[in-house]
Amino acid sequence: MSLASDLAAKPWESKGIIDQEHPEGAFGMPPEKVALWFFLIVASIIFSLFMVSYVVRMELPDWVPLDEPSQLWINTAVLILSSVLFQWSRNSIENGKTKNALIGFTAAGVFAFAFIVAQYMTWLGLRADGFYLYTNPADAFYYLITAVHAIHLLGGLWVWCKSAIKLARGASIQELSLSIELCTMYWHFLLIVWLIIFAVLANT
Amino acid sequence: MAYVPLADQDHEMELHHPKTWVGKYVWSQDHKVIAIQYGCTAIAVGVVALILSVLMRLQLGFPDEFSIIDPSSYYQAVTMHGMIMVVYLLTALFLGGFGNYLIPLMVGARDMVFPFLNMLSYWVYLLSVIILLASFFVAGGPTGAGWTLYPPQTGMAGTPGHDMGIVLMLVSLIVFIIAFTMGGLNYVTTIFQSRCRGLTMMRLPLTVWSILIATVLGLFAFPALLVAGIMMTLDTLLGTSFFMPAVIEAGQALDYNGGSPILFQHLFWFFGHPEVYIVALPAFGLVSDVLSCHARKNIFGYRMMVWALIAIGGLSFVVWAHHMFVSGMNPYFGFFFATTTLIIAVPTALKVYNWVLTLWEGDIRLNVPMYFAIGFIFTFIHGGLTGLFLGNVVIDLPLSDTYFVVAHFHMVMGVSPILVLFASLYHWYPKITGRMFNETLGQIHFWITFIGAYAIYLPMHYLGFLGVPRRYYAIGSTDFIPESAQALNANITIAVIIVALAQLIFFFNMIWSLKYGKKSDPNPWGAASLEWQTPQNPPVHGNWGDELPHVYRWAYDYSVPGAHEDFIPQNTPEDVEPTVDEEHFDPDHDKSKADI
Repeated sequence: MSLASDLAAKPWESKGIIDQEHPEGAFGMPPEKVALWFFLIVASIIFSLFMVSYVVRMELPDWVPLDEPSQLWINTAVLILSSVLFQWSRNSIENGKTKNALIGFTAAGVFAFAFIVAQYMTWLGLRADGFYLYTNPADAFYYLITAVHAIHLLGGLWVWCKSAIKLARGASIQELSLSIELCTMYWHFLLIVWLIIFAVLANT
Repeated sequence: MAYVPLADQDHEMELHHPKTWVGKYVWSQDHKVIAIQYGCTAIAVGVVALILSVLMRLQLGFPDEFSIIDPSSYYQAVTMHGMIMVVYLLTALFLGGFGNYLIPLMVGARDMVFPFLNMLSYWVYLLSVIILLASFFVAGGPTGAGWTLYPPQTGMAGTPGHDMGIVLMLVSLIVFIIAFTMGGLNYVTTIFQSRCRGLTMMRLPLTVWSILIATVLGLFAFPALLVAGIMMTLDTLLGTSFFMPAVIEAGQALDYNGGSPILFQHLFWFFGHPEVYIVALPAFGLVSDVLSCHARKNIFGYRMMVWALIAIGGLSFVVWAHHMFVSGMNPYFGFFFATTTLIIAVPTALKVYNWVLTLWEGDIRLNVPMYFAIGFIFTFIHGGLTGLFLGNVVIDLPLSDTYFVVAHFHMVMGVSPILVLFASLYHWYPKITGRMFNETLGQIHFWITFIGAYAIYLPMHYLGFLGVPRRYYAIGSTDFIPESAQALNANITIAVIIVALAQLIFFFNMIWSLKYGKKSDPNPWGAASLEWQTPQNPPVHGNWGDELPHVYRWAYDYSVPGAHEDFIPQNTPEDVEPTVDEEHFDPDHDKSKADI
């Protein structure tokens, strides 16, 4: 049933159990995935509003563009790698290749950590060049937006850590397939967000 | 991946079964306990806001007699009163309190989908309340920048609480938003995924629909406050200039440069306007169910009510700048927002008509919840109509900074939702506690509160027309404000004190009845919706005993022609429905009214 016909139903006319699918009108996915989808919308709004604020602030006369560190290209590659590895891990579970799944899962987390460390290093680089949070608004936005992105990734890594601990305690990777599926979704989302952030920051 | 929805795993769904008293009542993962925790915390912090409002009124009504508060603490009281009422009381009580209690019961689930997250939501909310209240005890006290927290005023030395107070306020809001997001994801997922068999979306009670839409609004709108809050915290603590413009304070240029205060206003109201509906929509839903039940009639135009909720929810995101008409905007911009603002009156008015038409020819039972529900219709029409005035740019400009606005928003989003809160607290009290409250005390509470609300806010409209400015600690003597305005102010203050004291009756009634109230029937109002059909009253952990209920009909089968009783519970199968008396059966009788 489509949403429109759902909303057009006349509940006072029909009695009884309406159809066999239940709960009727629910999304055909686990509740965790539904919640994640809603969370991704929330996170998109947060990032969009930061972007909107950035663009509005950019229009004001005191704007001094920031020369983005070239290291960001390397960081981006690391994040892409992390996302690809997660996808590989997930596909491997579906194809029953347990070993590959395990390697992919572990490496994806390691690369995500590496991305955060690398991002921190760009901060140190900027500071060494005399660009602090309060130096000018472009710097402030750079620190702020990268920090918010990193915090979201850290949230993902927390789930990754929990799964890794379960694995270390002897759980099979199939038991974690839902966690890995959701992490993959989340990683792709954060990659897309990062690419947009990078594009907007670079275009000043 | 094949997946079995939660409601299907009837026997497999693992509930957290606490073994200790602490696990059952403190670190509880049961939605009912969490709801009560949310409710009590919200009401407790609401009492703080009530006391603050009395302090403000004492100053305004009798400026020379009382020296309890000075100008600084007056502004602090204004700010904290506003923020507590809107965010920490109304949002938390409607969604955290009633949302938590009613969603799983009304959708026929054993609990929220993520009980642990639900528990965490409450404790993080409590943390935000503690941080907020802590600002009363730090050097400089809480912020006095007004609940809208506009920069650059928030950070200037002349504003009370400009150092620690504002930081605590912002941190508290950020923590609150985290709590709300955890709760909100739970409510939405539970409503979509955990409905019991037969309960289609269009069979949900309007309470659940309204909480769903309000939660979605909250999830989409609170990020704007989060973003603004984070940037303002950095401005205050670390010297960035996101919002702070170049500014001179006591002859000295501050370190800020080039920030945009208007950007903050846009972000704040992009949250702030949907926030009005985050508070109002649950009130709409709850009052619909109370009215329908006590009028023994199905809600008029159920589908329209659902569509109107969705329409209001959508429109609430494109009206925000009507709070900023006086900020000096492009006239075309103002025209756009005035138009959208007036359009939102259409679905809102539709809801009002439907409430009134639900009462029409109903078998109205005038008990305490019904009094409050009908009282709400009055105050809401009243507050809504003054909103039509203020939605127009030309009328808003002269009235914007006067008491007319104070009267408007208190009627529409202060008094009205609070009347619904009282209606709902009385209506569901027997379900939550298993006891009946005292009817007489409830009626006394209603009449003082209802008449008192008019005694307080009606004169404020007039003060607004006179041009009495809002936000002022003292008016002093001016040419255009007659001295009689002060007499009016004194009257308002006396009404405020009486209404505030009358709330003691409510608290006494609630607490006294907990122990000494008459034991209630499982379904004392004869309500058709699912939460009244639990095997135990009050419902126990897991809600439904061995088997989840099945739902065969909508939640509004009241006074069905030919039925033995004047209501048919949602979980009554169609084949055990009492057969109709053929002679008196008019098949179109019920349908003609509902088929809108």
